[in-house]
Amino acid sequence: MISFVVRRIGIAIPTLLILVVFSFSLMHLAPGGPFTSERPLPPQVLANIEAKYGLDKPVPVQMFNYIKDIVTKFDFGPSFRFKDRSVNDIIAQGFPVTLTYGMWAFVFAVSIGVALGAAAAIFHNSWLDYLAVGISIGAQVLPNFVMAPILVLTFTLWLGWLPGGGWNGGQWQNLVLPVIALSTSYMASIARITRSSMLEVLNSNFIRTARAKGLSNFRIITKHALKPSMLPVISYLGPAFVGMITGSVVIDLYFSTGGIGQMFVNSALSRDYSVMMGITILMGALVIIFNMIVDILYAWIDPKIRL
Amino acid sequence: MRFSPLLRSSMLALGVASFALVGTPAFAASVPEGVTLADDQTFTYRDLDEFSSLDPQIIEDVSGSDIARDLFEGLLNQDRDGNLIPGVAESWEASDDKMTYVFKLRDNAKWSNGDAVTANDFVYAWRRAADPAIASPYSWYMDLMSIENVADVLSGDKDPSELGVRAIDDLTFEVKLTTPLSYFPQMVTHATTFPTHQATIEEFGDEWTRPENIVSNGAYVLTEHVPNERSVRERNPMYWNDAETVITKTTALIINDDDAALTRYLAGELDRTEVPTGQYPRLKEEYPDQAVSFPRLCSYYYTFNLSENGPEAFQDVRVRQALSYAIDRSVITENVLQGGQFPAFTFTPGATAGFEVPDVPFGQMTQAERDAKALELLAEAGYGPDNPLAFDMIYNTSEGHKQIATVMSQMWKQKLGVEATLGNMEWKVFLETRGAQDFQLARGAWCGDYNEASTFLDLVTTASGYNDGKYSSAEIDALMEDAKTGGDATANYTKVEQIMAEEMPIIPIYHYTRVMMMDPNVLGSWPVDNVEQNWYSRELYRVAE
Repeated sequence: MISFVVRRIGIAIPTLLILVVFSFSLMHLAPGGPFTSERPLPPQVLANIEAKYGLDKPVPVQMFNYIKDIVTKFDFGPSFRFKDRSVNDIIAQGFPVTLTYGMWAFVFAVSIGVALGAAAAIFHNSWLDYLAVGISIGAQVLPNFVMAPILVLTFTLWLGWLPGGGWNGGQWQNLVLPVIALSTSYMASIARITRSSMLEVLNSNFIRTARAKGLSNFRIITKHALKPSMLPVISYLGPAFVGMITGSVVIDLYFSTGGIGQMFVNSALSRDYSVMMGITILMGALVIIFNMIVDILYAWIDPKIRL
Repeated sequence: MRFSPLLRSSMLALGVASFALVGTPAFAASVPEGVTLADDQTFTYRDLDEFSSLDPQIIEDVSGSDIARDLFEGLLNQDRDGNLIPGVAESWEASDDKMTYVFKLRDNAKWSNGDAVTANDFVYAWRRAADPAIASPYSWYMDLMSIENVADVLSGDKDPSELGVRAIDDLTFEVKLTTPLSYFPQMVTHATTFPTHQATIEEFGDEWTRPENIVSNGAYVLTEHVPNERSVRERNPMYWNDAETVITKTTALIINDDDAALTRYLAGELDRTEVPTGQYPRLKEEYPDQAVSFPRLCSYYYTFNLSENGPEAFQDVRVRQALSYAIDRSVITENVLQGGQFPAFTFTPGATAGFEVPDVPFGQMTQAERDAKALELLAEAGYGPDNPLAFDMIYNTSEGHKQIATVMSQMWKQKLGVEATLGNMEWKVFLETRGAQDFQLARGAWCGDYNEASTFLDLVTTASGYNDGKYSSAEIDALMEDAKTGGDATANYTKVEQIMAEEMPIIPIYHYTRVMMMDPNVLGSWPVDNVEQNWYSRELYRVAE
C-alpha cells in the first residue's frame, strides 16, 4: 500500500512540472502582453516596467526564475495588473471563497445525489424511481449558466428571499444560490451513477444469497449493497470535487462572489501572467491530488486495484 | 464657445491679466431648499471590473478614478455641470504668457491622519507621476500637460526633481509649462494630479493603498476592500468641508455581468447600474423615473489602414467616402443600440466643451442622397459589379460590436455590392494587430481624457501614438499645433473636422451616451450634465421617499 502511494506521488510531481512548462510557454505565445494597451506606453516607461517584472529576459530564463521562486520561497510573484497585491495575496483572498461554496456544493451534491439514486434503485420501477430519474435528468440538462439566472429571478426578484449575488464575508444567504446552481448537475450525475450501480449490485448473486438467508432488507442494503455500489460513485467524486472548485467560473462571474474562477478568466484576458500561472498551478495541483486520493481510496476499498 | 460660465470668465481674465477666485463659497453637496433628506445616506453602485490600483498616480481605469475622486482631492474639482470649482486650491493665477500657473492652496486642507496638505504634497505627487521608476501607465498624461522638462524626465534623461513644478511656500504651488495650454486648469481635476502622502508611501511601498495603510485627503477614506467583490469608502472627518457632505458611505460592488447587475438593481441591492444593450426602451417604459440616458465624451468609429500595409483601394479617397456615406447611422443608433446614442458625422462629440459641430456636407444630406453619392463615388473609383470591392474588417470580441459590424457589412453589400469579411479578436490580440497596422479596416473607440476637442483630434495627427490608421495630413498637424500655441482653437477644430469629412480617414459611427438605471431619490443630485461623468460622492444626497 505504501509503495503504491509513493509511486503515485512520484508520478504527480513531474506531471505538475510539465503543466507549468506547457502553460508558461503557451501564455507567452499568446499575442499581446500585460502592458499592451490602447495608449501605447512610451518606450522608456515600457522598458522600465518590463525590467521591473523581469519580462526583458528570454522566456526560458523567466520560466526558470519563476519555478525557482516557487520552489525556494513559495513566491508566485507580483500581479502585473493589481499593483498592490501579489499572486499569493490574490489566491489567499479568492480561493477560500471558491473553496467554501465548492465544499458546500459537494456535500449537497453527494448527499442528495446518493440518497436519490439509492431510493430510485431500491424502489425500482415505482413512482419514486421515476420521480428521481425525472429530477436528475432535469438537473442534468440545465447548465449552470441557465440555472443561475433562473434562481436569481425566482428567489431574488420575485420572492425577495435571497441576495442575487455578492459574498458579504460568506454569510449563508449569499451561499445558497451559488451552491444550488453549482451542485445540481453534479447531483444529477451522482444520482444516476448510484442508481445504476446499486441496481447492478442488488441483482447480483451475493445479494440473492443474503435474501435467501432471510436478512432484512435494511440490513442487506446498508451492510452488503451500499459499499460495493459506491465504487463507481467514488471514482466520479474526485473529478467532481475538482470540477466544482475549478469549474466555478460561471458561478463566480454570475454571482460576483470574488472567487478564484473570476480571477482566472480576467487574468487571462488582461495577460496578468503571474496570476494566470498561479491559478493554473493551483488548479492543476488540485486535479492531480484528488485523482491521487481517489486512486488510493479505490485501492483501499478494492484490493484488486493495488496489484 | 461652449465653455462653462466660470471657465469662460477665467479664460477671458487670463487673456488680459491674471485671474483669481477669491471668497468662494463651499461647493460640497448643495442641497436645494425644501428638499427633505432621507435618514439613510448610503450609496451603492455597480462597477463592471475591479480597478487595477487606487494609487492616484497609477490609476488608469474609470472605476479607479471614480473612487480616487472621493478618497483624494486635487487642486480643482468639477461641479455637477462640469464647471471648475476650487478643490485644495482656493484660487489660481496664470502669467501673461500663460506659461506659468500659480495655485494658492487653502490652509484648512488636511490628510486623513491630521497632517496639513501642502504644496510639497503636490510636488511629490507630480514628480512621482512622471518618474520612470514608478512607470505609471498614465505618465503620458503628464506629457499631455506640457509641464517643463516632462519629456526628459519620462525618458530618464533628467531627474524627476527637474520637473517644472515647485512649492513656493507651503500653500503656493507653481507649475511651468512649455506650451500655453488654454485648457490646463481643466486637466488638474484628473486623478493623476492628485496629491499623495509621501511618508505613507515610503512606509508601506506598493501596499500603501490598502485600507489599513492608506492616508488620503478627500471627503472619504477607504474602509474596506475585498478585491473583485466590493470596496467601501466612508466619511473622512478630517476633510475640510466634511460639515457640508451628506452621503455617509459609498459602496462599489464588482459585478461583471450586465444582466445580473440589472436584476440586482431591480431587487433593490444597488442604487445605480448600467442598462444592458438594447434594453433601454423597455426599461424607460417600465421605469420612466429611473432609466436615464445622457451624452458622454466618447466616439465610436472605424479606421482605414492608410499605411503601406493597408489595401490599395483605401488610398483612394472616393472609396473611403463611399464606404462612409453608405452607412445609415440612424439604423445603428435607433435599431441596434437603442440608448439615445447620436449618429456621428464628425469624430469629436457635439457635447465637447468649446466645440461646435461643423455642418459637414455629408452630414447634411439625406441617407438616400448619401447612398446615391456613394454608388457614384465607388463607380468613379473603378469598383462595381465587374470589379467588386472586397476587404476585411476587424473588431474586438463583443456581441454589440458584432451586431454593428454585421449591419455595416450588410449595408455595404446591399447598397454598393461591397464584400466585407468580418473578423473578431480578443481585446489584447486586437490591440496588437491594430497597433502593428496588420489590418484593413478596424474598429476604434475613444473617450476624452479631458473636456476639450484636442483630446479627440490629436488622434489623427501624424505624431500621435494612437493613430493606428497612420493617416497623415500636414494641414491638420499645423492646425492642431496652432490650436495649442494660442491660435483660435474652436475655429481650428472646426476646420480639422471639415478636412476629415472630406478626406475620411475614419468612418465616424456614433457618439456614446451613458445609459443607466438610477435610484430616483439619488438621481436628483447626480451630475447628468457633466459629460465627463466625473462624479463625487460628497456632491450626492438621497432624498426622503
